[in-house]
Amino acid sequence: MSEDQIKNLEAQFEARIARDEKIEPKDWMPEKYRQTHIRQISQHAHSEIVGMLPEGNWITRAPSLRRKVALLAKVQDEAGHGLYLYSACETLGVSREELYDQLHTGKAKYSSIFNYPTITWADIGAIGWLVDGAAIINQVPLCNTSFGPYARAMIRVCKEESFHQRQGYEIMMTLANGTPEQKEMAQDALNRWWWPSLMMFGPTDAESVHTAQSMKWKLKRKTNDELRQQFVDQTVPQAELIGLTIPDDDLKWNDKRKSYDFGPIDWDEFWQVVKGHGPMNKERMNARVSAWENGEWVRDAAVAYADKQKEYKSKQAV
Amino acid sequence: MEKKDLYNYILGIADNPLILGQRLGELCGHGPSLETDIACTNIALDLFGQTRSYFQYAAKIKGENATEDSIAFLRTEREYTNVLLVEQPNTDFAFTITRQFLFDVYHYLFLEQLQKSKDVNLSAIAHKAIKEVSYHQRFSSDWIKRLGDGTDESKKRMQNAVNDLWRYTDELFHTTESDEAMIAEGIGVDVKKLKNIYYSRINKILEDARLEIPESKWFQKGGKHGLHTEYMGYILSEMQYMQRTYPNMTW
Repeated sequence: MSEDQIKNLEAQFEARIARDEKIEPKDWMPEKYRQTHIRQISQHAHSEIVGMLPEGNWITRAPSLRRKVALLAKVQDEAGHGLYLYSACETLGVSREELYDQLHTGKAKYSSIFNYPTITWADIGAIGWLVDGAAIINQVPLCNTSFGPYARAMIRVCKEESFHQRQGYEIMMTLANGTPEQKEMAQDALNRWWWPSLMMFGPTDAESVHTAQSMKWKLKRKTNDELRQQFVDQTVPQAELIGLTIPDDDLKWNDKRKSYDFGPIDWDEFWQVVKGHGPMNKERMNARVSAWENGEWVRDAAVAYADKQKEYKSKQAV
Repeated sequence: MEKKDLYNYILGIADNPLILGQRLGELCGHGPSLETDIACTNIALDLFGQTRSYFQYAAKIKGENATEDSIAFLRTEREYTNVLLVEQPNTDFAFTITRQFLFDVYHYLFLEQLQKSKDVNLSAIAHKAIKEVSYHQRFSSDWIKRLGDGTDESKKRMQNAVNDLWRYTDELFHTTESDEAMIAEGIGVDVKKLKNIYYSRINKILEDARLEIPESKWFQKGGKHGLHTEYMGYILSEMQYMQRTYPNMTW
């Protein structure tokens, strides 16, 4: 293809996106669009899978049968999200094995929030309320993103996430209305998860390298800072409602902006965790890698068995 | 009819899905593939759902402010009457799936009979549960065949798991005094009568999987009388952790 032809294709492609048409896997797309989507969708899928670990940590210790069942169902939902996000990603011409390999070798990233430990039961509430709450704000705009398979996967993901968020908030509410020990447990969890949750929206707009291109492709509709503000404005009244205190002395309603002003984020901590040196980065990766390695003989056997069955059937046919 | 016998009988049923669900719950997020992970979690969910139905019924019978949670979390080890099979650890996926298979085949046969119980509550629970267990049985049987007749390594691991867990199968067909009382009332299932069909089903699938049927006649028992393996204490310390550390609270 000549350069002019490619330019022409690109122009048509951008025009389609501008008209809000969906791009489907078999459509022509610029290589950069493909790569950006592989990066973002796989990162999202990895986050779901790694995210199963901190929550899975409390399945065996959940305080009641009802909570145990709800937590199991939630973690299973995350696995389901991982599954259809990997499938969406595979439509771009990359295999699940390759994607796992990128995760296991540290080439691909996942949401840094999952590198924090879940040390009390209240952390399960805080994750649902704050982490899933932040994820929804990030993800709702993606239901209208330009790449069809991703947009469709996100519609389902968002429905389930909003259920998780309510469930998490309900755990926090129960604790906040409980004994002084329970309330303290809830406050402690909020103190530990608040700032990492704000970091989930990524670096400030000035520092964000992908924002401009992503906005153009509708992978993003609002900037990191706008989304972060939306999260703060939404969450502060929820904390007040159940009598918990946001751990930020600078937090104040700004009547002019009709928004909350909040204190500075510790970006050194953010980069430390992103670069692999958070409290649980090593443990999370070890857990994923060993699940994969310990499962190798199982996957190999399944393939060998399927091959034998095929062979057996073709012999029968003869 | 002694209320206590019915109560004990229900616990004897429900402690099995409780402890097996607990074991499966340990694996969530650590399975050999995303698909098996989802399936095992699904089975755990079914088992806990069944446990809750049984315990809610048992709590009503017991009265005295008993709840599904007080029954699930606040007994001593000697008061749990699950079979030894379900408390065995997730040594590897071969053990997990063999434990599941050896229990599922029994569980299905048991529920088939429990549907006919004169106790309408138990019969209703059995009607609902058997649909779930029919899937569990298909899932675990398929994996037995896949792994038994897969690669040399998978065959070796499977044979090892089958040989090891075989000694816990006989106990499934033992009865306690409460069991006998409930059988006499037409409420309980006479598990002794399920033994032959159980082994013929198990053996058929093991043969399909090209695995050898263990010849050992040495079996372990005790679970039904609250005498457990050393694993049980650890399962309970984890499971009961919150309820023991923070007593009398609502979660």
